[in-house]
Amino acid sequence: MAITLEHYLVVGALLLTIGLFGILLNRRNVIIILMSVELMLLSVNVNLIAFSTELGDLTGQIFALLILTVAAAEAAIGLAILVVFFRNRGNIEIEDINSMKG
Amino acid sequence: MAEIITGLTFYLFAAVTIASAVMVVGSRNAVHSVLFLILAFFTCSALFVLRGAEFVAMILVIVYVGAVAVLFLFVVMMLHVGENRLFQGVKRFGVVGVLVGVAVAVELIIVITTRAFRQDTPAVATNPATADLNVTEALGRILYTDYFLLFQMCGLVLLVAMIGAITLTLRQRDGVKKQSIPQQIERKRDEAIALRKVESGKGIG
Repeated sequence: MAITLEHYLVVGALLLTIGLFGILLNRRNVIIILMSVELMLLSVNVNLIAFSTELGDLTGQIFALLILTVAAAEAAIGLAILVVFFRNRGNIEIEDINSMKG
Repeated sequence: MAEIITGLTFYLFAAVTIASAVMVVGSRNAVHSVLFLILAFFTCSALFVLRGAEFVAMILVIVYVGAVAVLFLFVVMMLHVGENRLFQGVKRFGVVGVLVGVAVAVELIIVITTRAFRQDTPAVATNPATADLNVTEALGRILYTDYFLLFQMCGLVLLVAMIGAITLTLRQRDGVKKQSIPQQIERKRDEAIALRKVESGKGIG
């Protein structure tokens, strides 16, 4: 029952898919979408760590730390935008976010 | 024996990670989603520890559970968030969503398990992990030398994020009485005090 690189990569792939699934299927609130993005970034980290330890190369762990920082910044900005949006509109339902007719 | 225990631990943590990720997406209550997100991060950091990357695992717990998840929790509780009706979405976008999700997962797993990315020649490590240093020390050695520019730019990104979040959410409201120290210091005696002659029996009209 040796745990190989592939085991970790499968976990990462499943996390990525779940995050994608959450973004595609969610029609209700934006916070869940932000959390799905966090899940996808986590799956990237899983891949980086798995390869880093498999190859005995620390560069992957450095990149994982950088991704962690960017993810934190992204969460902060995203939630700030969400708070401003809620203040202006009174709800954060995705169906109602259509003022740009995109 | 030790290998079996490692394997079982891996499968346990991996299963909990995947299950809580599913619950993040599918939970009806947004607060529950955040709590499951925290659980997913915790178990994922356990997976990192199993793999031998303790430093990143601990940073994951500190940054995600300590900062990001609490931020999410605050915002979820601050805003009025309705129920997450995932299944309403399933009705309208279900076929496409499920197809895309399953297709992506299956493709990724096929690619991973065929070992197509394995090269015959061993990869040359640019920063090989050495046995005489622990991971934290080795990471520090290369983070503060080879990747110092990236490290500084990370700090810059965080600074910009902080300033951005503050300027976005700062609100100047009208009609709030606040102390303005520069105005108080600027005030001269002439503006504040006036001497009037008051005739007796009349008062100031």
